[in-house]
Amino acid sequence: MNKKQKKMLGRIILSAILIVVLEQLPIAGMLRFGLFLVPYLIIGYDILIKAFNGIRNKQVFDENFLMAVATIGAMMVGIFGEGDYTEAIAVMLFYQVGELFQSYAVGKSRKNISELMDIRPDYANVERNGKLERVDPDEVGIGSVIIVQPGEKVPLDGVIIEGESSLNTSALTGESLPREAVIGDEIISGCINMTSVLKIQTTKEFGESTVSKILDLVENASSRKSKSEDFISKFAKVYTPLVCYSALALAIIPPLVRMLGMGLSPDWTDWIYRALTFLVISCPCALVISIPLSFFAGIGGASKEGILVKGSNYMETLSKTKYVVFDKTGTLTQGVFEVNGIHHNEMEDSKLIEYAALVESASSHPISKSLQKAYGKEIDRSRVTDTKEISGNGITAKVDGIEVAAGNAKLMNRLNVKYIDCHHVGTIIHMAINGVYAGHIIISDIIKPHSAEAIRSLKKAGIEKAVMLTGDAKAVAESVAKSLGMDEVYSELLPGDKVSKVEELLNIKSEKAKLAFVGDGINDAPVLSRADIGIAMGAMGSDAAIEAADVVLMDDNPIKIAKAIKISRKCIRIVYQNIVFAIGIKFIVLVLGALGIANMWLAIFADVGVTIIAVLNAIRVLFVKKL
Amino acid sequence: MKKTYKIEVDCANCANLMEDAAKKTSGVKEAVVNFMTQKMNVEFEEGQDVSAVMQEVLKNCKKVEQDCEIFI
Repeated sequence: MNKKQKKMLGRIILSAILIVVLEQLPIAGMLRFGLFLVPYLIIGYDILIKAFNGIRNKQVFDENFLMAVATIGAMMVGIFGEGDYTEAIAVMLFYQVGELFQSYAVGKSRKNISELMDIRPDYANVERNGKLERVDPDEVGIGSVIIVQPGEKVPLDGVIIEGESSLNTSALTGESLPREAVIGDEIISGCINMTSVLKIQTTKEFGESTVSKILDLVENASSRKSKSEDFISKFAKVYTPLVCYSALALAIIPPLVRMLGMGLSPDWTDWIYRALTFLVISCPCALVISIPLSFFAGIGGASKEGILVKGSNYMETLSKTKYVVFDKTGTLTQGVFEVNGIHHNEMEDSKLIEYAALVESASSHPISKSLQKAYGKEIDRSRVTDTKEISGNGITAKVDGIEVAAGNAKLMNRLNVKYIDCHHVGTIIHMAINGVYAGHIIISDIIKPHSAEAIRSLKKAGIEKAVMLTGDAKAVAESVAKSLGMDEVYSELLPGDKVSKVEELLNIKSEKAKLAFVGDGINDAPVLSRADIGIAMGAMGSDAAIEAADVVLMDDNPIKIAKAIKISRKCIRIVYQNIVFAIGIKFIVLVLGALGIANMWLAIFADVGVTIIAVLNAIRVLFVKKL
Repeated sequence: MKKTYKIEVDCANCANLMEDAAKKTSGVKEAVVNFMTQKMNVEFEEGQDVSAVMQEVLKNCKKVEQDCEIFI
């Protein structure tokens, strides 16, 4: 509790005691009024001052004004009635109790959520004159050497130059399995060093480090307001004046009608009392507080799971996702190509790989990388001469003076070499040596272990269509799509085609169903921004992905996509619950108040009680572990 | 130019009112108040004296909510 809240608590207790004591005293008339005025002013003086200032500043319809009018009105009713001032003071008292509780609860939950997301390192250890010194991470320049002891947070991005250890990345990715790191590995800030001392050479300044980027993103996320929030703030602007005018009408019209039209007694006090009840209910706080709080909690809970949602508006869109479009490579598959088989060869496997690796050595294509990896030795480029790349076919070159050709079926046809087709799925590299067929090498991408499960859980979550886009060959694409249970697959697409394919899908789907595109953030930025919602995976360290996407998954496990959608749905569900609940209760109490059934106590509940329940409901969004 | 200020405000509706007040201040292009993080992001129009504009923003915010504070 802060100072302001403690002071308020004191005022509440003092005036409550005074009321109880005054109630016991047998006094009447103006003296009674004067004595009761003391606890009233103790509890309500700030409200009265604020209401007065509000009128002076032409900001009439705020809650202070409402409470001031309602309680002063109730006091008046007391003077002209039976001298019952307790209700007026109690209304003010309970209003203040509610405000206090609300401010405490909101402050507390705000702090809890912020702490959840607090991955900010407080210091960095730098070695100076043989001694370890703690400095502000902001002061550490690029290329400095920092030391991270077991149990400490890595403060800046860098490369390990000494030591090896396990890292806990759960604060960043939500993944609890520790990650091993050795010399030469890149290391990102925000991880916790678990087992032994690491020396790290920094590669980024603190402001550019992963941890700062993430914090920035999450903190700004709740500034991008959702439609529900806009609706509520518009609603609040209309609601309060409307209720005030209704209260005024309620205080004047029915008594006049009774008096003039029906010849009955006007019952002024009764109707004014009803009107005052109206005023108490008219504060829109429950709505206005619980909606952003729900989103804030949702964003906080998601970030704990390694899912960064960049705005409340994206949370809303994500919850309406019905189409999920995947980029294959790096998203559903690991994006690392490996030699998976060598067939129909007469020479030794390793010899054939050696030839293939050498021929492809000039190319930067992933295929050439995987061949080099399979070869496993240093490539001696001087053995390769006369390299000719035939676009779309393959490469021919002389290795140690021997003619070697490596490429697809088209290349074999071109060279008039009879080849044997392969029934395996993957990229097939046919080899011809000295114009004679020498067998083929199959290179294929590996499907991530959780991909199939991820698609299944998306389907379970009610996703209508899972679509896969890829630049790969049709056979490869279809076999992957089939094994994963995709609904549609489009293959052999150039990067530009992916944008137009997504646009096509955007056109055929209904307006309400949203389309999410999932990519690895590498060269699919245009598609990420074109889709209703762009989800980038495996973003640890990739700035481009964090920049382009609306939702960023910190690790590359596709199962998180379903989780993100579930979290967003829970969040939106609670937002709607709160909207309906708060408006509903207020409306019911308004009607009951107008009919004279609801008294001020109930009105106070409709104001304060509803707020508290809505705030507690909003906090539920935080619990996302089991979704 | 954009700047972020730390603020102190107790109720969410008041935060909305502050946002409106800040938006209406001349020299301010766009303002967003984030109640949850207690921050105000202000985008200024070209060639404005930032500190003078912020004084004005604070004044306007105080008008709608006396309890608020902006740490300029």
